[in-house]
Amino acid sequence: MNELTIRRNKAGQNIKETRRKKMNRRTKTVILTVLIAAVIVSALLAGLLISDEAVAIDFANAKQKPSFEHPFGTDWMGRDLFARTMKGLSISITVGVVASAISAVAAVLIGIAAATGSKALDSFVNWLIDLVMGVPHLVLIILISFSCGRGLKGLLIGIAVTHWTSLARLIRAEVLQLRSEQYIAVSRKLGKSNRWILVKHILPHMIPQFVVGLILMFPHAILHEASVSFLGYGLPPEQPAIGIILSESMKYLSSGMWWLAFFPGLTLVLIVILLDHLGDNLKMLIDPYSAQE
Amino acid sequence: MRLEAKNVSFRYGAGGRKILNDLSIYVDEGERVGIVGPSGYGKSTLAKLLAGYLPPESGEILLDGKPLPDKGVCPVQLIYQHPEKAINPRWRMRQVLEESESLNDEMLEKLGIEKQWLTRFPRELSGGELQRFCVARSLFQGTRFLIADEMSTMLDVITQAQLWNVVLEEAESRNMGLIVVTHNAHLAERVCTRVIDLSTINSI
Amino acid sequence: MVCEHKHLLDVQNLSVSFRMYDSGLEQKELKVISDLSVSIDRGEILAIAGSSGSGKSLLAHAILGILPENATARGNMRYKGEIMTPEYQEKLRGRQIALVPQSVSYLDPLMSIERQVLGAGKNAKERKPALKNIFGRLQLNESDGRLYPYQLSGGMARRVLVSTAVIGDAELIIADEPTPGMQKQQALEALKIFRELADEGKGVLLITHDVDLALEFADKIAVFYAGTTLELASSKDFRGGEASLRHPYSKALWRAMPQNGFEPLDGFQPYAENLPSGCLFAPRCEMCSERCKTEIPEMRELRDGFVRCFHAT
Repeated sequence: MNELTIRRNKAGQNIKETRRKKMNRRTKTVILTVLIAAVIVSALLAGLLISDEAVAIDFANAKQKPSFEHPFGTDWMGRDLFARTMKGLSISITVGVVASAISAVAAVLIGIAAATGSKALDSFVNWLIDLVMGVPHLVLIILISFSCGRGLKGLLIGIAVTHWTSLARLIRAEVLQLRSEQYIAVSRKLGKSNRWILVKHILPHMIPQFVVGLILMFPHAILHEASVSFLGYGLPPEQPAIGIILSESMKYLSSGMWWLAFFPGLTLVLIVILLDHLGDNLKMLIDPYSAQE
Repeated sequence: MRLEAKNVSFRYGAGGRKILNDLSIYVDEGERVGIVGPSGYGKSTLAKLLAGYLPPESGEILLDGKPLPDKGVCPVQLIYQHPEKAINPRWRMRQVLEESESLNDEMLEKLGIEKQWLTRFPRELSGGELQRFCVARSLFQGTRFLIADEMSTMLDVITQAQLWNVVLEEAESRNMGLIVVTHNAHLAERVCTRVIDLSTINSI
Repeated sequence: MVCEHKHLLDVQNLSVSFRMYDSGLEQKELKVISDLSVSIDRGEILAIAGSSGSGKSLLAHAILGILPENATARGNMRYKGEIMTPEYQEKLRGRQIALVPQSVSYLDPLMSIERQVLGAGKNAKERKPALKNIFGRLQLNESDGRLYPYQLSGGMARRVLVSTAVIGDAELIIADEPTPGMQKQQALEALKIFRELADEGKGVLLITHDVDLALEFADKIAVFYAGTTLELASSKDFRGGEASLRHPYSKALWRAMPQNGFEPLDGFQPYAENLPSGCLFAPRCEMCSERCKTEIPEMRELRDGFVRCFHAT
């Protein structure tokens, strides 16, 4: 973050200086949060506000390159790609938010249960985590989504079921470590019940893990949604999710219509990168050892 | 009232080395017993056993002839060497004192705890300041025996004198029993009414 | 500027500050060490004695050039008369300057003790007899060398840290709280090793909160308070008691020792964000005058020592 410069003054003394080169982490995190909130809100609003007319078929304007009128161009049926992308994003984001929220809550509950419950429960949870982690996510999501009859519901369940594992493992380890802390032992001797200790001592430690875990899970969920839909096992073609748009565009790429895949893909990648950055920065700020860097 | 360890033995884990072997000691109320001896003779382990933090492998820990209470507020309290480990890093200092209901102006005044420290997090205070909170937390009304395991080893001499003077005064006025685990012979001599060298009674 | 007398290590007007977050998004500079000057000669043990939170360890880290990223050091440090640039510090540390770190967590958990103590390089094998000797003196078994850090007790790990620092050819040894957790005899032995190294012509900087320890083994004691030194005295001044000490804080330290008065001093060490504008000790000082509240006293020479006080006699 900082550049270390050595300056020597006339007396031959060396003066070490750290020069501020970039904005500090807190400022960056706030800006990222605002940016992401803006993107998400506008995508969701777009999903609601953009009428079907805007994405209606219009063969007169088919296959247009990006222009002022159609910033992302139009596709082979003359649908405005910008409007379609925004609508697609709103679907993707909804899927991402719901699936990762379910997954993160489940992870916290399962992690705490494993760490505080019986030995048998703990080994079962560990076995389950290994099992879910052992199967490639994409395959598992496709299987679950397929067995639930494809569509939105299947996709949500599929993503939620596959994403909780690493956070649950983290939470379990953290709770186990916390339980052996001296201040927990002191609390017991002050007559506090297990429940009180869980709520007052242990849960507050979980909040940052939960928030960071959730934010880092979110881009994964969106990407998985897009890939499953791209492969044709996710959302039906009527719903213009990003995965669908990308999948359809493949046919027309070879005919030189690069913008069909480029812009929707780019927006997806941008959102994922922004979220990933936010998660990483937040992690550093929440950890007391790196909070001041 | 008497706190005693009767023929206790202890080892960490099933196959571990025996730390305490058939050891018996007692402390009466109003007494201040120093426990000294080289490291490796189980001073800290004995402190944890007496405070009920660990169960003995054999033998028993008795308070007033009865086993220590398993649940509820324990009349035997332990103060550790490293206060920063004995305080939840995510709590504000006020919560630390509220946990044992020992947040009162008189205690703050005696221990030299500044009001402004109550709103801080533990990492914003020094070791000496944190240890004052640990002492205040242990000195709630129900405490009958206080075990100080190297309580002032990491502190400077001024803070050490400050804390011990308060503890001695409280012990005196409430007729509490004190167990002082220390390697500092000067301190043991200053603070205790009776000194036990563990290496002479713990045959391991 | 040519120094007539070349110190082994000479630190002049060192300040260390940290960039910390204020409330909100602004960052502020927090000065943790201010205007600190110490020097160590060959053959000397200098103890830096001060309470926790006074910034003693940061002095060690500043000398070695291993401050955290958000810290800034200003001032003038020379080793054998040569200015210590970061490159020079990197060359020195671990070779000419060795550190006995405060925390056991400085050991590499994945490396056996023997390999860590012997260190890297060609000479590692040649040091084996020395290792045997030092381990013996610190009551470590030679077979302990095959253990890994997690298998050591706290006291053992400390002794390993000491042997790591003294086995090499370092000419300056910085020991940051080396003895807590060690048995009395082992602590004494460790300090005896430091003493011998000093007598061989090396320099030792002993950072400790334990005044007893410092005055038993050190030649000079620098009394450290709120990030600077208040007094530099020879350790016999401390043995001589209150009258031979200079600064009111040193006198208070002496009075608070269990074997002396066990007498506490009210108040607390000021925080870096809230330092008094005058003398750092003024709020707790009996001799405090108007001048002390507004003006920071310079270190001045007094009775063969140094003191940072207007009124000390």
